[in-house]
Amino acid sequence: MIPLSWYLIVAAALFCIGMYGILARRNAVAMLMAVELTLNAVNINLIAFWRYTDPSSSAGVAWAIFVFTVAAAEAAVGLALIISIYRQRESVIAEELDILKY
Amino acid sequence: MDMLEILTWLIPAGPLLAFVLILLVTNQNKRLSFLLAWAGIIASVGLAWFVSFNVVGVFLESEKELKKHPVQVASSIAWLPIGDYYGDPQGAAYAEAPAKDYADDSHSEDASHSADDGHSEDVAYADEEAKADDYGKAVAPETGTWFRLGVSVDPLTAVMLFMVPFAVFMIFVYSVGYHNFGKPAGHFLGIPNHGQEEPLFTRFFALMSLFAGAMLTLVVADNLLLIFVGWEIMGFCSYSLIGFWYARSYDDPKRVPPREASIKAFMTTRIADVVMLMGLVFFYRTFGTLNYTEAFTSDSLVNAIDILQPFGAAGLGIMALMIFTGTVGKSAQFPLHVWLPDAMEGPTPVSAVIHAAAMVSAGIYLVLRIFPLIGMALEASPGFAWTIAGIGAFTALMAATIAVAQNDVKGVLAYSTISQLGFMIAAIGIGGYIAAAFHLITHAYFKALLFMGSGSVIHGMEHGAEHVHDHHSDPQDMRLMGGLREKMPTTFWTFVVGGMALSGFPVITAGFWSKDEILAEAWYVFTYDFLGQHGSSHAGDPFGLVGLMVFVVLCIAAFLTAFYTTRQICLTFLGKPRSELAEHAHESDGYMTTPLVILSFFAIGAGWVGIPDTFLGTEGVFYNYFHHFVGATLYETVNNGLYKLDLIPHKIASLPFMITPLAASIVVALGGIGLGWMVYGRKPLEKGAIDPVAKVIPAPIYDFLQNKWYLDELYKAVFVRPVVFFSEVVVYEVMDKGLINGFLHLVANLTYRLGEVMRVTENAVFGDGVDWLSDRFLDLTKEFRTFQSGKIQEYALLSVLIAFVFTAFIILLNAGAFGI
Repeated sequence: MIPLSWYLIVAAALFCIGMYGILARRNAVAMLMAVELTLNAVNINLIAFWRYTDPSSSAGVAWAIFVFTVAAAEAAVGLALIISIYRQRESVIAEELDILKY
Repeated sequence: MDMLEILTWLIPAGPLLAFVLILLVTNQNKRLSFLLAWAGIIASVGLAWFVSFNVVGVFLESEKELKKHPVQVASSIAWLPIGDYYGDPQGAAYAEAPAKDYADDSHSEDASHSADDGHSEDVAYADEEAKADDYGKAVAPETGTWFRLGVSVDPLTAVMLFMVPFAVFMIFVYSVGYHNFGKPAGHFLGIPNHGQEEPLFTRFFALMSLFAGAMLTLVVADNLLLIFVGWEIMGFCSYSLIGFWYARSYDDPKRVPPREASIKAFMTTRIADVVMLMGLVFFYRTFGTLNYTEAFTSDSLVNAIDILQPFGAAGLGIMALMIFTGTVGKSAQFPLHVWLPDAMEGPTPVSAVIHAAAMVSAGIYLVLRIFPLIGMALEASPGFAWTIAGIGAFTALMAATIAVAQNDVKGVLAYSTISQLGFMIAAIGIGGYIAAAFHLITHAYFKALLFMGSGSVIHGMEHGAEHVHDHHSDPQDMRLMGGLREKMPTTFWTFVVGGMALSGFPVITAGFWSKDEILAEAWYVFTYDFLGQHGSSHAGDPFGLVGLMVFVVLCIAAFLTAFYTTRQICLTFLGKPRSELAEHAHESDGYMTTPLVILSFFAIGAGWVGIPDTFLGTEGVFYNYFHHFVGATLYETVNNGLYKLDLIPHKIASLPFMITPLAASIVVALGGIGLGWMVYGRKPLEKGAIDPVAKVIPAPIYDFLQNKWYLDELYKAVFVRPVVFFSEVVVYEVMDKGLINGFLHLVANLTYRLGEVMRVTENAVFGDGVDWLSDRFLDLTKEFRTFQSGKIQEYALLSVLIAFVFTAFIILLNAGAFGI
């Protein structure tokens, strides 16, 4: 059987790719997509730990479903915001959206 | 309280109430105001005469009874708690105190009965009444006492009550005319409005009412504190009334304006009052009471002498002298007489009230009141007799000599008042207190009459001045008068009556009898105590010499009195008018002349109650009512064996007839009048002529007399200048400006310097320093500002880095990297 660490390594790699995307991409839509990657890395972790520790309970799967739901909601709201901002400023570049600091 | 007590309480109430009402309610209405003042004083006259005649009634009924119980009315209220007394002022402690011997015995029996059984209302009421009646029982020895304040009437009070309110009433009537009531209104405040109605008319009557109320309070008072209260109120009233014409000023710098005269009067009497107040404190400390009836019982006097050992009776003498000092000020005795002549600056009714009815009488009344003390002093040492009689006799002579050279019609009377008061004090100094009281009463009548007569003359002269528009001549200068007999007949005749009474015109006038009694007592003291006549047992007593001194000096003074009075009458009324003013003078109105006529009856008749028992050696023909009546006041006190020597003439019932004093008083009176007539009457002074007295007397002496013995100048040099120097140089320049100001300026300078240092420090530390700190802080915040860029990815990067750091930290911690 494939050892747990492999899953964890994949998940960590995926999280790092997502984190890189969040920090490095300028496009807000791409950043949103990168956030999806990090969330899925977490999901892999959840499923893997569930499977390797206590498969009889359904807690790990339930957690993963919650994360999907939150991710979907977040994507919906985030995209709506990005579209709204784009309409206002004709830009989705994150660096330029700095008026919240005031 | 029985009715007589209530009435006695009410005697001063009328004028005091009138004062308040005039001041607060009717001050805009002149007619209502003077009617109120009249009503107040008439009420007082009625009450006072009723009370007075009641005492006279007791006297006529049984002289012995009056001698045994001289205090006919005594009523008091608990006023101030003294000591640790916390009880009810009417509490049971009163009835337990021992009854005093002068209290009515039947009453004290009532009290002791009802004290056992105070439950039923009737008994309680009787109990209360008994307590109120039993004067001096307000004693609760264990717990403290109440200082009681009240009224009492004895024969001396009774004669004062007969004289004071009536004389004041006469003056009130006179004042209405004097201030030209009903004439066109004057408009000048604080100066005389000749021929026009006084604008401060109501103020005058308010103050006069207060004056009368204070005097009556003093007369009915049963203790020295209440006397002092009335005394001081009169001091204030005399101050404000002497300065009634406060805005008046004179071109002549030697003439004292009313403003300064009022201050002078107030300050001079104040000097005396301070000593008197100390005397009262001494009195209270020694006797434990200020009630003179209580203090002057033989037990109390013996006790006081014990307390004052080793001085004994001489200590009481010192006390008497201290209180007597108050009289020296109030009754204008040398050396504190200087205020009285200047007090002439007040309106004439004020002069009459001050010099006759009220103020100066109060001084004499006080020494009569404390006479048992003075008697003790006279017994203790002849020195006291020399002091008191000496002051009186010297004052009498000095003032009489000054009066001879005065040209102001009121000035003569002022010095005559001082002189006559000297007679009274001299009489007291030889123990003749009844003679002093007698002279006080007769003098009050004829001096009030003379003052009001002179006021009437001045009024007439002012009318003349108004008529001829002469505002420079002095309407009070007798040299400008003359010939007023035809123009002012009523004033003339009443003035002659008053003048003759003052001169002591033999047999008919009041002044003769009272002056004769003083001279007779002085002579008696000399012959009895020094020559050993009249059955005396101690010839050669030095006290007798005081009698001789008083007799001789007073004879000279009486001679001068008769002379200057005749001079005054002749200069004022006889001959031809010596100025336009006198030419156009006219008689005063009925308000002014009626009191003159009424008082002239008293000026004659008041003496007839005091004809000596043994006049001309007769027996049983005459009866000296006054002597026996007033003598009853202290009869018990001076005959209780406490007074060892026979110094006090009143130990004997009546003086034996002596031809020397009678002859002397007739000779000096007629001699003085005769000389005056020779000089001034036979050939009246011509217009512009020099006063014959000035021609006869050498110029330096005449100047000396006219300038009042230069006493004002002397006092100015000895007292006023040093005080002014002290206040201006020592107090103001050195102490105030130098010491106090210097110290304050030093403190101010130091504070200022300190402030300067603080300011610099403050600027450096709290100004620049804090500014620097805040600037640096601001700079720092600018550095931090870059953290908040608003760029979400930077935030995220930071979060990730911090998460890494924390994670690394936790991992290292778990690995035991920090040794935990």
